[in-house]
Amino acid sequence: MTDHALHSKAFHEAIAEDLLIGSRCLVCGNISIPQRQICPNCHSDKVERIETNGKGTLAAFTVIYVPPTSMAEAGYNAKNPYCVGIVALEAGPRISAQIVGLDLNDPATIKIGMPLKQTFVVRGEGESAKKFLAFEPA
Amino acid sequence: MAKKLSRGVAVVGVGMSKFGVFPEKTSRDLFVEAFQELRQSVQKGFDPKDIEAFYMGNFTSDCFENQAHLAPIVASWVGISPVESTRIEDACASGGVALRQGVLAIASGEVDVVLVGGLEKMTDLPGAKVTDALALAADSLFEIPAGFTFPGFYAAMATAYLDRYKADPDALLRVGIKNHENGGLNEKAQFNQSIKDVMISKQRKAAQKGLPIPEWADEMAFLKDPKSNPMIAWPLRLFDCSPVSDGAAAVLLVSEELAAKFTDEPIFVVGSGQASDGALAERASLSEVPAAAKASKHAYEMAGLTPDDIDFAEVHDCFTIAEIMAIEDLGFFPRGEGWKAAMNGQTARDGSHPINTSGGLKSKGHPVGASGVGQVVEVWKQMHGLAGERQLRGNLRHALTHNVGGTGQTCVVHIFEKRN
Ligand SMILES: [Zn+2]
Repeated sequence: MTDHALHSKAFHEAIAEDLLIGSRCLVCGNISIPQRQICPNCHSDKVERIETNGKGTLAAFTVIYVPPTSMAEAGYNAKNPYCVGIVALEAGPRISAQIVGLDLNDPATIKIGMPLKQTFVVRGEGESAKKFLAFEPA
Repeated sequence: MAKKLSRGVAVVGVGMSKFGVFPEKTSRDLFVEAFQELRQSVQKGFDPKDIEAFYMGNFTSDCFENQAHLAPIVASWVGISPVESTRIEDACASGGVALRQGVLAIASGEVDVVLVGGLEKMTDLPGAKVTDALALAADSLFEIPAGFTFPGFYAAMATAYLDRYKADPDALLRVGIKNHENGGLNEKAQFNQSIKDVMISKQRKAAQKGLPIPEWADEMAFLKDPKSNPMIAWPLRLFDCSPVSDGAAAVLLVSEELAAKFTDEPIFVVGSGQASDGALAERASLSEVPAAAKASKHAYEMAGLTPDDIDFAEVHDCFTIAEIMAIEDLGFFPRGEGWKAAMNGQTARDGSHPINTSGGLKSKGHPVGASGVGQVVEVWKQMHGLAGERQLRGNLRHALTHNVGGTGQTCVVHIFEKRN
């Protein structure tokens, strides 16, 4: 039954190809981003993979000055903080991602509700380089 | 509608170690301290041989102490082997969930005497590794790759809350001031100091070192000074975050019919509820914690009580914004009013709804697996008039504890009743 294209790792495999994917339930029409093998609304496993346009608005955010090891290794610290947020996608669901292209000197200027579009960021260098979903002002 | 427990469950003793930083102690040493204090607290005494089951909340001794399978080890350490011993892991709600498992075990009729414990030894790891260990409570596929940390999650909820209700961000600082005020009166607290005392000790230290003495007009000025209170995850600063802590707590539960054999002053568990949720981004609202509201609704129904019946509560203030959302999720204040309650003193010891008289996680400390059990220790102390300078006035009949794992993926709520 379950399509390989909907496995939990498929999301990051799609990111590597510059795609933001989700799933649509063929029974009730519910959309999940990231994708789900079972519809969380009606529990059907008749779901199909979709690609989304990556447009949305900022629902919540923070600017992180004390990063986890993974982000510290990507060069972030108290003097070089980064913004991470939750984006309400046009397609319906919300998703967590780094938000780039903002002036972080005064986080008070970052506004909830601001329009965003998807982009991708690469963290790490050489063999450890990996692409991640991100958003930037639309 | 939540069912009543199949039979009554009583708390007949409690104990806790001091919460703090103890490089010379392991989690089992800390649990021994909690266990010995518990034994002292049981009015008519009890024989550890009476214990029939042990539920122990612990988040990740695997990371913090390189030790899995901790429950039987701790059981052996306090001399109760071969009693069935189970470690419960639900992140920072591990302790509260262990309590619920103990309550349900007794209610089921299978056992009569249960030891509930919680413990965590966090401070052996360097700070960055602690952040990474705590991050294990989030979704490693879809939250961590975004760059979130735990302060970051709660900071994001704070921006959603402040924006939705046009709330004054000073309310966050007020929560910290109030909880440090209470923790300053709790000898078991990691930060046994009011913010004012913290200010004075910083000034004294500067003077001793011959450095320029920093001046702050008041606590708010101190908390808004990026030198004394640096930003961690905007808008949360250092003093908005609970500390990294070592500590342990223990509670002895018995069936209602046996309670009088242990004490003439038991308190009864009359409500228990637990709920779960997905990742933060999946929730319909980011300015509240739906699983906390669901867990508390269940507990209130089971107890036949409403939020107005609760005399005081210990809530999971891992970050200051968490306390503001909690007092709304638990029904003490309407949505969007929690920040005002924090501003105008309604949650202080002399307010209409005393919250976190122990100092909360913020000031008492947050050894994650112990926190949910430590909350019961404060309920016990307040209900028995043992809370010293922080003792609430009046006849305290009902209290509530609220323990959260992650950003609210697990929430567990208990309601306690004193009948005499
Ligand atoms: Zn469906």
